[in-house]
Amino acid sequence: MLFTVSRTRRLRQCVSRLLQCRYIQKEHPQTNGGLKKAISAFTSVCGEDGVSTGETVREQHGRDESVHRCRPPDVVVFPRCVEEVSALAKICYRHNLPIIPFGTGTGLEGGVGALKGGVCFSLRKMDQVLDVHQEDFDVTVEPGVTRKALNSYLRDTGLWFPVDPGADASLCGMAATSASGTNAVHYGTMRENVLNLEVVLADGSVVHTAGKGRRPRKSAAGYNLTNLFVGSEGTLGIITKATLRLYGIPEAVVSAVCSFPSVQAAVDSTVHVLQAGVPIARIEFLDDVMVDACNKFNSLSYPVTPTLFLEFHGTEDSLDEQVRTTEEITSANGGADFQWARDEGTRARLWKARHDAWYAALALRPGCKAYATDVCVPLSRLPHIIVETKEDLIQNGLTGPIAGHVGDGNFHCIMVLDPDDSDEVQRVHQFTERLARRALALEGTCTGEHGVGLGKRALLREEMGPGAMGVMQSLKESLDPKNLMNPGKVL
Amino acid sequence: MSGRVLVGVKRVIDYAVKIRVKPDHSGVVTEGVKHSMNPFCEIAVEEAVKMKEKKLIKEVVAVSCGPQQVQETIRTALAMGADRGIHVEVSAKEYESLGPLQVSKILAALAKKEEAQLIILGKQAIDGDCNQTGQMTAALLDWPQGTFASEVTLEGGHVKVVREIDGGLETIKINTPAVLTADLRLNTPRYATLPNIMKAKKKKIANVKPADLGVELASKLQVLRVDAPPQREAGVKVESVADLVAKLKEAGTI
Repeated sequence: MLFTVSRTRRLRQCVSRLLQCRYIQKEHPQTNGGLKKAISAFTSVCGEDGVSTGETVREQHGRDESVHRCRPPDVVVFPRCVEEVSALAKICYRHNLPIIPFGTGTGLEGGVGALKGGVCFSLRKMDQVLDVHQEDFDVTVEPGVTRKALNSYLRDTGLWFPVDPGADASLCGMAATSASGTNAVHYGTMRENVLNLEVVLADGSVVHTAGKGRRPRKSAAGYNLTNLFVGSEGTLGIITKATLRLYGIPEAVVSAVCSFPSVQAAVDSTVHVLQAGVPIARIEFLDDVMVDACNKFNSLSYPVTPTLFLEFHGTEDSLDEQVRTTEEITSANGGADFQWARDEGTRARLWKARHDAWYAALALRPGCKAYATDVCVPLSRLPHIIVETKEDLIQNGLTGPIAGHVGDGNFHCIMVLDPDDSDEVQRVHQFTERLARRALALEGTCTGEHGVGLGKRALLREEMGPGAMGVMQSLKESLDPKNLMNPGKVL
Repeated sequence: MSGRVLVGVKRVIDYAVKIRVKPDHSGVVTEGVKHSMNPFCEIAVEEAVKMKEKKLIKEVVAVSCGPQQVQETIRTALAMGADRGIHVEVSAKEYESLGPLQVSKILAALAKKEEAQLIILGKQAIDGDCNQTGQMTAALLDWPQGTFASEVTLEGGHVKVVREIDGGLETIKINTPAVLTADLRLNTPRYATLPNIMKAKKKKIANVKPADLGVELASKLQVLRVDAPPQREAGVKVESVADLVAKLKEAGTI
């Protein structure tokens, strides 16, 4: 795995990576001739400019925004419609070529690395918003449509798709990784917001997980295939269409900030706010190290203690009540400096600290890179795990300011590290494993929203246990008997 | 002063769409393509609605010229907070040759009829990029103009306008009635929310014909040909300096 490398091994890997990136003719599980035949078959499906073996194009499609190194595929194809995706998959099936679906490459767990080479299916040319049904609050999109592009398209309808993982990711990619974001406490994650998927399996067959064109808001019909593919990270099929649940754009938004004397006080407030039935839209936690970093980065002067950043959506009247109730709760829990704002300018200023958290963390140690951990535990366990984690960070001399979606019990340590310091890399890796196991011990999960990808497969086995893993394995074997779909990920 | 502001809104191809030229080079493909309100017109509507919210003016009237579909654009302006709309009916055929001069004549006539205190337009439309309608309208009415506005302040019978110009920012003071054109940084337009879209359905849109306003639509301009920009060619890799020099000489650049 990424972090367990010594200096000489890193050098060797560096060299082999250079070689790997330059090869087309290298020895391969599938024969050289097989790959060449496949490539010419691809060209007759997608046209000359729909297939690329160029080194830069392949490298571009072999990496995402994680710390995992680039693992380029042998060839990248750019299908324009589901019929082409199906035809290309059939060719890959015939020649036993791995298939790696690629949306925007904004994943955080190395999900697009072509560990065994193969064919990257870049779906960016399929970029149509297909059917908007305003009265039914649903829309169907192709994989090239990103979250921001969809919301821009919908802006005249009064509707939006609220799942916001930060990056401007492909919506079908978000479905594949079961993405979430700061809004999940109010609007849910992808699991709750995908109504139907069109998926192409490894052998080229096209499946509509809830039936072709169907979009009822709820259904009790058959096995929940839609949610089987949501979060499958490209290991079961290629998503070529997603039907999504839409929501009304909030009439008004209020943002607020509040400081607390302890992590416990902040989390208690969160629990009480949720128990009070306040339909809070975002409730984000920053620990004292993070607040300090943000103060330095943006020349702010928030008190350097655990802080909550809150956002309320609703009508003008309901907002007044929401804010009042929340202020009472926070103050009852020892919260201080409760500030809130309605106008866009002040709201942006209040939330700037949270928005720039990543960059503020990086600025703590210029020249370093950052890696975000991602665990999720039941709310009541959150103070325990955060306190233990902070002790761990201090004991091991690691830089890891904490930002979290505290309403979901999900938090990220932004590990700032020097990638050339192999000792530190090792220590960060070990820390992440300890953190994940700590979350598992507290009835939580090793990944709240980033996915399993390359790095958390062993943790997944620990989390699920042999029973569930057995079922997952059978499903994988049944849908992808040749293990062509994104091999080496998840399972 | 009437406290009435006229805002012109144009229905254009959505800014996110990839434009394609028609095979006969007579124009761009508009059939089945997503259209929405011109982004600078959105900014104009937002500015007018903000003025009303601050109680500086009394009524915002959204105007659009074109065939039936422009009513969608007027409805969006109503959902953003305009009070009523005026649809100046122009047939699809006539719309093809409708340009800034005719639109300015229409707006000038409407401004007089509605006794408008201000006309706010977007600085230009993202399809024609003419940047002429505001200026022509002001000239026809003999009103002062504050174009490329990035900040507007109403003060009694004047408007203070901060304009974006090449050298930086220019602040001018002009009398009302006046014509303003909105630049990008004037404001951030609000999204139309569902409840406001519902309310907008009940607001009135009046239908008017250009002839009723005494305006002749015939254009003196004729579009000869529309071409897409040349396709970007692949780069060429060279192995040596001599090779590079030879290729540059070949291309006639040295």
